[in-house]
Amino acid sequence: MTNAVTPTVDLRSAVVLSGGFPLLSGVDLQLLPGSLTVITGVNGAGKTSLLRLLAGLVALSDGNGTVAGIDLKNGDLRELRRRVGWLGHEGSFYDDLTVRENLTFAAKALDRPLIEIERALQRVGLSNRIDTVTKKLSAGQRRRLALSWLLIRRPEIWLLDEPYASLDDEARTFFDALIADVVRSGATVVLSAHDKLRSEALQPRTIVLGGGRIVSES
Amino acid sequence: MIRTALLVCAKDLRIEMRSRVLLWQVLPFGVMALLLCGIALGPARAGNSSAGPGLFYLVTLLVALLMINRSQSVEKTPGTKASVATLGLDPAGVFLGKSLALASELWVTGVILLAGSVLVLHTSLHGAILALPSVIVTLAALAVAGTLYGALTSGGDGAATLLPVLALPAFAPLLIAGERSFSAALHHGGIWRWWLILSVALVVYSAIGILLYGVLEES
Repeated sequence: MTNAVTPTVDLRSAVVLSGGFPLLSGVDLQLLPGSLTVITGVNGAGKTSLLRLLAGLVALSDGNGTVAGIDLKNGDLRELRRRVGWLGHEGSFYDDLTVRENLTFAAKALDRPLIEIERALQRVGLSNRIDTVTKKLSAGQRRRLALSWLLIRRPEIWLLDEPYASLDDEARTFFDALIADVVRSGATVVLSAHDKLRSEALQPRTIVLGGGRIVSES
Repeated sequence: MIRTALLVCAKDLRIEMRSRVLLWQVLPFGVMALLLCGIALGPARAGNSSAGPGLFYLVTLLVALLMINRSQSVEKTPGTKASVATLGLDPAGVFLGKSLALASELWVTGVILLAGSVLVLHTSLHGAILALPSVIVTLAALAVAGTLYGALTSGGDGAATLLPVLALPAFAPLLIAGERSFSAALHHGGIWRWWLILSVALVVYSAIGILLYGVLEES
């Protein structure tokens, strides 16, 4: 008798259309809990579309899929969104609020104790900017803020869209260590990047997308 | 729903207090528009004209359109939209919260423009005070309808120009009722009939928003 682990992500011939144009065409993908997957590919390959599909931010046009046990066609996508953490390559916050105010908004929305804000900021090294207005943060600091948002949320699936953009080497090392911790804790992490990861600390599964299809994987 | 509404309302008002767009951009525009109306009427006619309430609501409409676009634009940067979507907030609460924040901003603006119309259009102070309850309800109804139409137009290109075209038919009954009640207050007529009509409109638009805001957000 085998002890089969239920995949966190299970896509079968997934198709996503936008105005009749296919963003994803026939994608088959299974991801297990506690796994790290890197999606690479050129611009327009479908990396962000795939992450948005997994986050329940775009609808599945054809095929089948479940994420965290929720059916992408007929399930409650609002519930799915509550269970994933999203880090976009654009800003993720209200620019006119301070770091504290942004995180307080998220913590209250999710019924998390406010003490977790300071813990998360300490972990990402942003405690000294807690009362800084978000638009005054550097790109790297904004990434750290986005990470602290996810640490407060503690989602079971982390979807990170080009998280290494605008990060210096020190920040990348810190980021890699944090992702390794998250994967060890049993969360599923999917991140998109233009190239394969340079990190030796992480040994991810790498999937190459092209024209909305999986071209290769290693 | 109420908890989400208060959370979203507090967030929107905090953003407004920090950015000061209302204070430094929208209010000066409203005051200038009112001043131009006063100049157009001329000092001799302003006090005797029955155009005061209509001009007050015309300026209020222009200001409200700017504020509705502003209220929606803070949510629509792609990253913020996705991040906030993953918080799973109750859409009815978001709708009520954004409406309440917008109404609060419109009430502040309305009081200033009302004072401005007393000074610039020579509207009777006593009449303006009597009209205040109906102005408050009219602006609340405009905020609720505006939040609904703001969400409807914000997803597409040219949202700022599309909003007035789509929203005006919905705003027109509110503006007419508001103007009639203001005129009735100035001429010691019965304002409560108009107040009641506006209150019913406020309840109807609120109910529609609570039911449909989630669908609009998804689309």
